Amino acid sequence: MPSIATSTGFTQDSFDAFLAARDEPSWLLEQRRESWAEFQRLGLPSRSEEEWMRTDLRLFHLDRFALPGELPAGTVAPPALLSHGVDLAGHDVSINSRPVTSALDPSLAAQGVVFGSLDRLIAQRADVLRPYLSRRLINPSADKFAALHAAAWSGGSVLYVPRGVVVDRPLHVLSGLSAGGIDLGKTLIILEEGAEATLLSETAGGEGDPALHCGAIEIFVGPGAKLRYVNLQNWGSGVWHFAHQKALVDRDGRLQWTIGALGSRLAQVNQHVALTGIGAEAQVNGVMFTEGKQQLTYNTLQHHQAERCRSDLLYKGALQDRSRVVWRGMIKVDKGAQKTDGYQRNDNLMLSEHARADSIPGLEIEADDVRCTHGATAGRVDDEQIFYARCRGLTRKEAIRMIVAGFFQQVFDRITIDSVRDALGDAIGRRIREYD
Amino acid sequence: MISSTQRETLRINDLHVSVGDREILRGVNLTFHRGETHALMGPNGSGKSTLGYAIMGHPGYDVTRGSIELVTAEGQSLNVLEMEPNERARVGIFLAFQRPMSIPGVKMADFLRHATTNVRRPDRKEGEELLPMRDFRKELKAKMEQLRMDPEFARRYVNDGFSGGEMKRAEILQMAMLRPKFAILDETDSGLDVDAVRLASQSIAEIGGAEMGILIITHHDKLLEHNRPDFTHVMLGGRIVETGGPELAEELHRSGYDRIRSQYPDAAADEAAMRQEKHVEPAAG
Repeated sequence: MPSIATSTGFTQDSFDAFLAARDEPSWLLEQRRESWAEFQRLGLPSRSEEEWMRTDLRLFHLDRFALPGELPAGTVAPPALLSHGVDLAGHDVSINSRPVTSALDPSLAAQGVVFGSLDRLIAQRADVLRPYLSRRLINPSADKFAALHAAAWSGGSVLYVPRGVVVDRPLHVLSGLSAGGIDLGKTLIILEEGAEATLLSETAGGEGDPALHCGAIEIFVGPGAKLRYVNLQNWGSGVWHFAHQKALVDRDGRLQWTIGALGSRLAQVNQHVALTGIGAEAQVNGVMFTEGKQQLTYNTLQHHQAERCRSDLLYKGALQDRSRVVWRGMIKVDKGAQKTDGYQRNDNLMLSEHARADSIPGLEIEADDVRCTHGATAGRVDDEQIFYARCRGLTRKEAIRMIVAGFFQQVFDRITIDSVRDALGDAIGRRIREYD
Repeated sequence: MISSTQRETLRINDLHVSVGDREILRGVNLTFHRGETHALMGPNGSGKSTLGYAIMGHPGYDVTRGSIELVTAEGQSLNVLEMEPNERARVGIFLAFQRPMSIPGVKMADFLRHATTNVRRPDRKEGEELLPMRDFRKELKAKMEQLRMDPEFARRYVNDGFSGGEMKRAEILQMAMLRPKFAILDETDSGLDVDAVRLASQSIAEIGGAEMGILIITHHDKLLEHNRPDFTHVMLGGRIVETGGPELAEELHRSGYDRIRSQYPDAAADEAAMRQEKHVEPAAG
């Protein structure tokens, strides 16, 4: 019987006990053991590595955490933002890498849709999941966090939609953390040819004591499939968030991927979209709001591997207090990916003179018939704008809130899901403080 | 029958205003009552726009001396200088900007609904309900029709990509919705062609009528065509040197400020000095 972890650190004994408690097929155990060896071999990323250059891990102590154990009795899920007022086709909740509840409309299950806790479904539906998990979409050797995740991922959610099936209502996933907890959740999304779905996922909790999320998102959008995926990172202020996220979009597939980043103490995210089939399209939307001493780093890659693909990334961030956001964006176009249309843009609105934003766009193009553009801006809320709004009866705070909302409007216009726009807009509005 | 209500009045007394080290207003006295139309004329740089900003409480304009007082219908005297700009808006003071700011991403209708709610419900706390959408929309639509504005206007972002004429009409629309007691129109005619000025002039008259005290800051008499001023004030060197009737506006428009300058040599000297400082300023940084 698994017991609550009493010691910290990631020891061989604790890993053996973790595996023994999982009852998983041997191919998966093999993957995990290999990755564990990588985890042991790799050191924490250093600031000499380009992607980690602006990430300060000095106060991060990996050995204060341990592999996920049982949930303390009485642990409750933190409140969700994205599902409010939405007619859902299913939901899945996990806390501290442990499945809590899940549900799926039986009519969808009857059509072969698989949705819920990845922990629970891996045993039951290895037939559909194994080929995708075997792809190892995220390289376990990418860094120590990727290796830890690959070795010990647990909890997390899966959505599998078979060929031609259209899920017309959104599905919702909530991953929670308790104070001081650990989450090693993986999100696996598979849309087979011609399938369609909308998945709203969010993370929450982890206020106070240092908590750790070391996660991965793996997305497969099949030929002609359409996925709308929203991923809101709304952790509490204690959470160290490390994530590798990758999507493959096949021929004529459509991916709309919206990320919201509001929470965590420090986040280091690699978001990678690969357009692997002719005519694939990806739209990536980012909404960020940071405050306090938050540090968020996003390394994005739009990788064009096939002809006539389109990728369009727009990240917008507003920074308050002494927070810091780094965006390093790359559009990579392979030799054969002619007629590529690639776009990336990052706009930041500085709400405090102590906040800092770094935008580092990049292009790496090997094809000769492409259109790739990028841009980045950083600006402040204009005092004259505030005065103008105040002359019309708005308080200073209302004026700032309205100007910030206006700043995000361009990216909100692209997010076609009302509940998501409202949730992000409200959450940001609540966080805005008064400035002199 | 004796009426207990007072005439609502905005009274500016010996107002001195500086921007940084530069004194721009040097003792302005001006009183206007609700229902009156005043024209404020004067050469460029005489301090007309500064007066508008100071009345609204722009943080960059320091009032170093003098007072601005608003007398309510109940006879209460409010110290305007102690109020935040939004509080000034809520007690019924409005400034139509010469160069309105754009707020990209914020729809005109949303901005105005917020503004209108705040001004009409001065006790509203932040976060409380706005005016009911349906009523607000109806009223906005009616006002836009009255001002002959395309309904699409309400869905556009505040002053974002507006032409000069559109901006000025948007300011008049805001005035119409906020229904201030006192409105200062800062060169609402600048940058407009003759037809647009005529339309603006007509709209101001329709909206303002006898309801508002209007102070029209202008160089020309076109804007006054439909708003014949009860009083005309001439500003020179940071103070009001002469006040007359509508004929004064006509005279200034016809003959310029030469008579004023020669008749008020002290103010003219200040004007020349201010001009000098102004020329120095850009070079200084």
